[in-house]
Amino acid sequence: MSKIREAFQNGKAFIPFITAGDPTLEDTERFIVTMADCGADLIEIGIPFSDPIAEGIVIQEADIRALASGTTADKVFDMVSRVRKKVSIPLVFMTYLNPVYHYGYEKFFTRCEEAGISGIIIPDLPYEEKAEADGPAAAHGVELISMIAPTSEDRIRMIAKEAGGFIYVVSSMGVTGMRSDITTDLPSMVRAIREVTTIPCAIGFGINTPDQAEKMAGIADGVIVGSAIVKIIERKGSGAAPEIAEYVRKMKDAVLRAAK
Amino acid sequence: MSKGRFGEFGGQYVPETLMNELIRLENAYNHYKNDPEFCAELDDLLKNYAGRPSLLYYAERMTKDLGGAKIYLKREDLNHTGAHKINNCLGQVLLAKKMGKKRVIAETGAGQHGVATATVAALMDMECEVFMGKKDTERQALNVYRMELLGAKVHPVTSGTQVLKDAVNETMREWAGRVDDTHYVLGSVMGPHPFPTMVRDFQSVISKEAREEILRREGKLPDAVLACVGGGSNAIGMFYHFIHDESVRLIGCEAGGKGVETGRHAATMATGTRGIFHGMHSYFCQNEYGQIDEVYSISAGLDYPGIGPEHAYLRDSGRADYVPVTDEEAVQAFEYLAKTEGIICAIESAHAVAQAMKLAPAMRKDQIMIVCLSGRGDKDVASIAKYRGVNINE
Ligand SMILES: Cc1ncc(COP(=O)(O)O)c(C=O)c1O
Repeated sequence: MSKIREAFQNGKAFIPFITAGDPTLEDTERFIVTMADCGADLIEIGIPFSDPIAEGIVIQEADIRALASGTTADKVFDMVSRVRKKVSIPLVFMTYLNPVYHYGYEKFFTRCEEAGISGIIIPDLPYEEKAEADGPAAAHGVELISMIAPTSEDRIRMIAKEAGGFIYVVSSMGVTGMRSDITTDLPSMVRAIREVTTIPCAIGFGINTPDQAEKMAGIADGVIVGSAIVKIIERKGSGAAPEIAEYVRKMKDAVLRAAK
Repeated sequence: MSKGRFGEFGGQYVPETLMNELIRLENAYNHYKNDPEFCAELDDLLKNYAGRPSLLYYAERMTKDLGGAKIYLKREDLNHTGAHKINNCLGQVLLAKKMGKKRVIAETGAGQHGVATATVAALMDMECEVFMGKKDTERQALNVYRMELLGAKVHPVTSGTQVLKDAVNETMREWAGRVDDTHYVLGSVMGPHPFPTMVRDFQSVISKEAREEILRREGKLPDAVLACVGGGSNAIGMFYHFIHDESVRLIGCEAGGKGVETGRHAATMATGTRGIFHGMHSYFCQNEYGQIDEVYSISAGLDYPGIGPEHAYLRDSGRADYVPVTDEEAVQAFEYLAKTEGIICAIESAHAVAQAMKLAPAMRKDQIMIVCLSGRGDKDVASIAKYRGVNINE
């Protein structure tokens, strides 16, 4: 079983996202441990990028803070290597293609493997272009996580058939950010995916309340939450750990309610 | 390798949310570009609305003064709205209309592309929203007001570095949120496929006209054609029909800002490295970790950290050359053209004029060069005055 699958063995998975280096990498390291302790099943670690085109304002600003604090891919790898010794859940990266391409695919995925990264989400690497990173990623045991969007329609089967790790089901049009309403017909998207693959589906984009999390976990195998956590860090900075802990516990309880 | 490649450059690196829309756009474009009715409609608009063909003007005083090659200016500045941008906007907005879209969005740097998009949207009764870096809205305030007069809504972009690349980011984000009724009128030969090809085709009318006319008037091909390069749309338009004429030198002039050695410039070809950004594999100004640089130019229209993929291919295959031109050289050329020929050109275009001033004296009198005057300079008068330390109250 792939390491990522482990995250989906505890009922429904709760998957928080955090931007590495916001406000500092030491803080990120502590926050990762906190989230793992409070029930996170898998953590997405964002490597900050200067121009995150799939991100709403909350995560854009986290990227700016992280870059301003001197965060680089090398320092993120070092942080992950340290935190890997403290947490056992799977860790995946989320970043844009240019920082990966520029680092060199082979070198980047070698370092992922050494640091203990199990997968990567690259929003600007669609199905048609994935071949260029696929080989080196697979060679180092890093699964490329595919995204399926409300507009994917006839593309769902094609993408799902070749997907690895888990499928990131994008709940809404547009960019990341908290939303009060999610209107996409997610059950039929998930049904179409399940027709061609057994790998888990997690829904992300816009989810922030326990009620939403419970509802989404009822449709899929897991729930991804980014902006709501980043927002806590935006407000509390280095002192965000207690509030993150409380939030993650609440959200994990909510997704577990859907598992029953 | 995916679609829309120029050698290894190009591609379609966008979020999944946009993929089906790009495929629809590509299919629609491939259909309509061969549709006689669409072509006739577009030709009619280019002729009777934009004022094409644009003049190919023999700059006699400039030629004599520089004492070398015979200089022709391709007068895109005389098009309706004052720049080459209208060629692309007429094509794309007409296409969007055929696709059943009700709304167009666009990024803009100097504001010329925003003005051209707003203009065509007004003409074709479409809603229009333009995203413009907040810093650019300040240095090109006149164009902001022009867009508003034309009925467009202008969104100052406050994210990132608040210039052209951030405006592109924001327009992409907006598009990903609303594709059903909305077309993104990308303003240059950049972004994901099919934009670099489609925008090039719409701009290639520049070299189509220029090539026919120079052959008619001079009985031979030019020795060099020059154009300024931001994303590269007026340049590819100026180069395209000369690409297979191997005797014709193709020269792109990029923004050297305060000098490439200062780090304050937008000279992608001179200093950039390969990358994948804004939907395309090309060259970019970026740091050692692939973070996109904040670039600088006196000219808001050239202030972009990348370049269209076809230019990357033309350069690497040795077919075209790209040279940086500094702010100071461009301002001098701006002033020179005004005094010598009575033409106030856009500060973007002045980068090409500056290179022509360097090159012409080194060429023989029986040689010919064509310089693309991509736009007119009314929008720049206040900032050039400021650059020269003159305070003018508008
Ligand atoms: C007059 C003019 N020339 C050139 C450019 C640069 O764009 P491109 O390189 O796509 O021609 C602009 C962009 O705003 C412009 O307004």
